[in-house]
Amino acid sequence: MEILVCAKRVPDTSENEITLNRAGSDIEREELVYSVNEADNYAVEEALQIVAKVGGNVSVVTVGDEEDEEILRREMAMGASHGILLSDPEFQMSDGRGIAAILKAFVTQGKYDLILTGVQAEDGAAQIGGMLAAMLDYPFASLVNSIEVLDNYKLKIGREIEGGNREISEIDLPCVLSIQTGINEPRYVGMRGIRAVASVPIPTLGASDLGVDPNTVGEAGARVKRVDYFVPALGKGAEMLAGSREENIDRVLELIAAKGGLK
Amino acid sequence: MSRIFAYIAHKGGLADESAAELLAAARAIDAAARPTALVAGHGPQLDSVCDSLRSSYAEVWKIADESLSYPNAELVRQALVKVLAPGSIVLLAHDHFGIDLAPGLSIKLNAAFVPDILQITQIEGAAVTFVRQEFGGQVSAHVRCDVSPGAVITIRPGTFKRAPNAPVVGLIVDKSAEIGSLSARRRYLQTVVAEAGDVDITKHTILVSIGRGIQEKDNVGIAQELADVLGAAVSCSRPVVDAKWLEKSRQVGSSGKTVKPKVYLACGISGAFQHLAGIKGNPFIVAINKNPKAPIFQVADVGIVDDILEFLPELTEKIREMQSVSAK
Repeated sequence: MEILVCAKRVPDTSENEITLNRAGSDIEREELVYSVNEADNYAVEEALQIVAKVGGNVSVVTVGDEEDEEILRREMAMGASHGILLSDPEFQMSDGRGIAAILKAFVTQGKYDLILTGVQAEDGAAQIGGMLAAMLDYPFASLVNSIEVLDNYKLKIGREIEGGNREISEIDLPCVLSIQTGINEPRYVGMRGIRAVASVPIPTLGASDLGVDPNTVGEAGARVKRVDYFVPALGKGAEMLAGSREENIDRVLELIAAKGGLK
Repeated sequence: MSRIFAYIAHKGGLADESAAELLAAARAIDAAARPTALVAGHGPQLDSVCDSLRSSYAEVWKIADESLSYPNAELVRQALVKVLAPGSIVLLAHDHFGIDLAPGLSIKLNAAFVPDILQITQIEGAAVTFVRQEFGGQVSAHVRCDVSPGAVITIRPGTFKRAPNAPVVGLIVDKSAEIGSLSARRRYLQTVVAEAGDVDITKHTILVSIGRGIQEKDNVGIAQELADVLGAAVSCSRPVVDAKWLEKSRQVGSSGKTVKPKVYLACGISGAFQHLAGIKGNPFIVAINKNPKAPIFQVADVGIVDDILEFLPELTEKIREMQSVSAK
């Protein structure tokens, strides 16, 4: 099975406090720790487990710039055979639809049986997979948390629905699935693995290579434009305890007791 | 302004509670709008849902087909593409079904897609400004979209409050004949109900709830010890289940359990909206997190910026001391 995983490099929110730049036009990116989007990493692991069972190859693609190569190498160190960077100044400021259009152009140049995305990027909106599938006219399922390969070019999949319940369906290939975190246990990637793929060439394809009409992508093609970032006003806002740890513990215990929580 | 539609999900003959929120969102886009409810399904349950919406929606479009008796997003999309005119504005809840349906629907309608919005802040002609959240709610963004060529917009559940509504007597319009035959390449087989698990977190008045900040499986014991002295249960947020440190039955959130404790200790939990959606009944929330920017501090009653791996054991120890004193 030929599997393509669409991945994205994002600031790791578990490692960073996200703050705004002075103008409020963007987040402060100077000090951020970036990594592969968590759900995308689960998607790569799932793809690797599928090809380990039924054979085939896993390719990983991203839309971005040179800096984004690092996540392609990371996923190649996990076991992906190919990494491809889709990069062009025309692609900058694309909205979700623009990104999906760029990916669609890439997908139609190859022959993939299965296309995976992470369910959502840290700075995203759970939209690319569904849009890409519709553009390709492939079937789609979101929030996928189990995949079983069936005979007759089909998969049996589980989707996460409300209350921890799972919706089981059968889906025809080729298809696009957005993968939910927790579907598997992504393998560890050590420095040695990264070094082993450090010099593997990563092809870079631009708008003309892909036959993408620049008017449909980038800022020109964006129907949804970000105006600014801002820090949301605190809801009611917590009473922040600023004492020593000991003082804070005493205060918390008073409060819990007052709420009937301590016997 | 274009005609505004709200896709109403339903189950067991009852409209989803998002029906009122979508109506409020439609009014926020166009105060004069008489939004139309879109309801797809089959049989008497569909009829009762349509009927129940007549008091709030001026028009209810009923789309009946046997193949729609289970809400399969692919089939629903095919049906909607047949009945909706170009330029329509379609609102959906940003839940597991909306996420499944909306992005592809926007492509097939050649409409803009505005996902997961929390507010509508400005209308200038057909240019609508929305508020979204990024990075797990740590920052918000204004996004703008010209909705005149059509738009599919998903609304974060719980963010638009149902507004008082002059009662209407809505008209049910049967659009079933327009959809033609539907065929799916994704076929629903069954629903697997979540397993009960060893501890029922929905039954506890105090929850010690842990998130990514617990860092590793071996540290879960720290939370369990605190829970033991408090007579509480240990619950968690999604990353803890993803990492297989706790069972799925311990997860609080829209894809986990809905809990109604009196006291909720959110320990190393960032406070993603999917998690908060599982906390009901307005408990007293104590949040402990290393990151002062964690969104949990926006909804907590009391917040402490500290490392839970050090704070929780000391808290446990203090309670033990108090208990041994009172026992004497």
